[in-house]
Amino acid sequence: MLRFTIHRILHVIPTLIAISIISFFIIQLPPGDFLTTQIASLEAQGESLDPAQLEALRVRYGIGEPFWVQYWKWISNIVLHGDFGLSFQYQRPVGGLISERLGLTVLLGLTTLVLTWAIALPAGVISAIRQHSAADYTISVLGFVALAVPNFLAALALAYIGFRFFGQSVGGLFSPEYVNAPWSLDRVLDLFGHLWIPVVVIALAGTAGIIRTTRANMLDELHKPYVTTARAKGLPEGRIIRKYPLRIALNPFVSTAGWNIPQIFDGEVIVATVLALGTTGPLLLGALRSQDMYLAGGIILIVAVLTVVGTFISDLLLAAVDPRVRFGKA
Amino acid sequence: MLRSRRRRRMAPVRAPRELAAVAVPAEELSEPDAILDVQNLRTTFRTDAGVVHAVDDVSLTVRRGRTTCIVGESGSGKSATARSIIQVVDNPGLVEGGRILFRADPDGPVHDLAALSATGDGIRSVRGGQIGLVFQEPMSALSPVHTIGNQIAEVLQLHTDLDPKAIRERVIAELEAVGIPRAAERVDSYTFQLSGGMRQRAMIAMALIARPALLIADEPTTALDVTTQAQILDLLAELKRELSMTMVFITHDLGVVAEIADDVVVMRHGKVLETGPVDQIFHDPQHLYTRELLASLPQREEAVTGAPSDEVPERVEVSDAVDTTVRHDDAAPSETPLLSIEGLRMEFESTSGTMFSRRTTSRIVAVNDVSLQIARGTTLGLVGESGCGKTTLGRCVMRAYRPTAGALHYDDGENATDLATLTTAQLRPYRRLVRMVFQDPYGSLNPRMTVREVIGEPLRVAGIAQGSELDDRVESMLERVGLRRDMASRYPHAFSGGERQRIGIARALITEPRLVVADEAVSALDVSVRTQILELLAELQDELGLTYLFISHDLSVVRKICDRVAVMYYGNLVEEGPAAAVFDDPQHGYTQALLSAVPVSDPRLRGTRPRVVYRPEEAA
Repeated sequence: MLRFTIHRILHVIPTLIAISIISFFIIQLPPGDFLTTQIASLEAQGESLDPAQLEALRVRYGIGEPFWVQYWKWISNIVLHGDFGLSFQYQRPVGGLISERLGLTVLLGLTTLVLTWAIALPAGVISAIRQHSAADYTISVLGFVALAVPNFLAALALAYIGFRFFGQSVGGLFSPEYVNAPWSLDRVLDLFGHLWIPVVVIALAGTAGIIRTTRANMLDELHKPYVTTARAKGLPEGRIIRKYPLRIALNPFVSTAGWNIPQIFDGEVIVATVLALGTTGPLLLGALRSQDMYLAGGIILIVAVLTVVGTFISDLLLAAVDPRVRFGKA
Repeated sequence: MLRSRRRRRMAPVRAPRELAAVAVPAEELSEPDAILDVQNLRTTFRTDAGVVHAVDDVSLTVRRGRTTCIVGESGSGKSATARSIIQVVDNPGLVEGGRILFRADPDGPVHDLAALSATGDGIRSVRGGQIGLVFQEPMSALSPVHTIGNQIAEVLQLHTDLDPKAIRERVIAELEAVGIPRAAERVDSYTFQLSGGMRQRAMIAMALIARPALLIADEPTTALDVTTQAQILDLLAELKRELSMTMVFITHDLGVVAEIADDVVVMRHGKVLETGPVDQIFHDPQHLYTRELLASLPQREEAVTGAPSDEVPERVEVSDAVDTTVRHDDAAPSETPLLSIEGLRMEFESTSGTMFSRRTTSRIVAVNDVSLQIARGTTLGLVGESGCGKTTLGRCVMRAYRPTAGALHYDDGENATDLATLTTAQLRPYRRLVRMVFQDPYGSLNPRMTVREVIGEPLRVAGIAQGSELDDRVESMLERVGLRRDMASRYPHAFSGGERQRIGIARALITEPRLVVADEAVSALDVSVRTQILELLAELQDELGLTYLFISHDLSVVRKICDRVAVMYYGNLVEEGPAAAVFDDPQHGYTQALLSAVPVSDPRLRGTRPRVVYRPEEAA
């Protein structure tokens, strides 16, 4: 297992380097550089920048120098100093911008993830065990409806319901009076009062896929001879299902479990934008629209790195739960 | 890791009240010493395609302490009957009527298992505890992601009060009892780390560990090699005697029946055709169908008298060098053989074993320096256990593999070449001269192609025929293999296994080949269908002057149809000669072991032949 882990880590490192180069390449694509854009906008406002400061920024980001030099300055600052550069739009360090939104983003992501699975997994299993029953059809129809309704539409509808019937403020994760208030029990309750809309919208939309996959996997496994063997031992039905077919039906999910990590971080851009949530999603969208290259690049890089790391974790998890992978037989 | 996670202990299952509710007076058993009395059992599968009466009014009695064999071909309902007994019929099957009277103790109460709920505690306390079940394919019948120890221990958790430590000790002891060496280590292995025979032993240990009164074995040796089958049959016979249990043994193989049965039940189309003691079934069969089944058995010697004995055959160990080939006649063939294999060697690179150490590549020698000749118009049988390299040899002849070394001299009088060295392009003309019939009639036909497309494809690809000429040839080939012309536009799913194999043969023969490699071509077929296909192959050989390389693990089939036989063992050719000479006077130790493992198809001869066990000698 140790060798396996080391082996995988050795695979991860070149992937990470390649990914960072691609991320930087993408944020470099728009014409011009952010300093010229910034100077132009400052001059438009009738202000001017201290030439010494300008020169310092030039050296700091290697502007005007070849791609590789700029890339090296960008990535070495991130790796060595945790410095993601400066957001041109906010005039603040990118690291700070992201980290202040990180808490809410992760909270939203995790609650969504947990709710999705809490609904989808039992639904998928029931759907498979009672194939062609009323329960199966109901679950399938509801899952497809949730999948088919666009997220932003559902978000708007729920926000309207929240506003019309519960008197909640529309948009954001806090009522106006709590936005800048210090943390208190009331503020937490207010947060959860707002959080349920995006969580329900995103979670329900995600269930359909998992329900269908679980159902299909379970239907494959339920008729395998080892299930009959388990039954012939005298095991109770519930335990048979949990211990044998479900265990194997979960493998495809385990092997993609790591992909949920970047999803937790990127905070569902569309829904978050529609509901004006203070997560990283709208931040990324804004950065891309205003060519805020270091902010966009930072977020893209983090998401990409999390994807690689997530895949790595998935590989380890799969080896841990499936002996066939561990012993190289599958 | 996850496996060491602590689990909440399962409470043992006991259901005295539920069992009491289905108690039946002992007088209702049709025989007083019956352990199991199935009365008018009906099991039905209701599917979209219609209702199938898998078990149709079946009555049978299993007497205590005896081995009752249920014999029948696929679809006869033998398996469904066995599974109905403990209500584990596959969905959507349902036990719809009849009674299953079961009496675990000789003087105990009689319960009607059919009256119990299929998921209730009542039937659960019987399953595994009082009736054990062994399945056909131990690989798929055991979970791949749990250790065998874990899966066996479950039975004890359910049916005893032992603590985890005692359970583990019992599991190890039981694994030892079924002949698994180093049981203390193997208890923590996964199914894919064990050989087929070891897996089946583990399965038997699981079925027996709670000491059930009745063991139901559903084709337990069908997926195993003949030598492994012999070991498992001996093991079951020994265990049955030691544990004084009763066994219901389901099989399609009459040879196995002759070897182990006390009583026989012959089933067909969900109904019981004939029941009786094994001697009567084999020597005085009443039903026509039983006689047909018996007629398909090879070489039955007459005039043996005496009752079947319960003796487990004695064991004799022999050993011989693996790399010597016994050849029965050295005389050079009078004419040039169609195919002359010289020093053929096939190696595979294997990125061995684990993901942890990818770099260790090992070399597997699948075929090691094999030389063989096949004369024109004859059939060479290639026999050996799974993994012996016989299929690899066949694929080398087909040039599906490129041999590592050696020559394949092909000479049909018009074309002569060494197939082993040709490039893909050079091989093309020979692709229609050397053809293959595959084992699995289901997997080897594309379900989305009509029979016309399947059979016509080789001709179309070779550019030999097209349009109406192609259709003509396909249709006449269909007639030749015993199918109807109008079947050409159907899809493979509309055909039975035997008909599909006929389609496979038609596909092989459409290009008018000289050499046909038949790789286990009849192994997947039922006995009666097998006989028909073998007859068809023989007819076609006479008509078309075909030469067969017949690869099979089934020695009785090889003996019946082959002119010469070659025996392989772990990539080596150990014996070769005319079929009669090899079968009647085997010289090599392995051939002797292989032949002694074939069940004798006469219960009166049971236990009379010693079981030869082969141990390979260190190469000199």
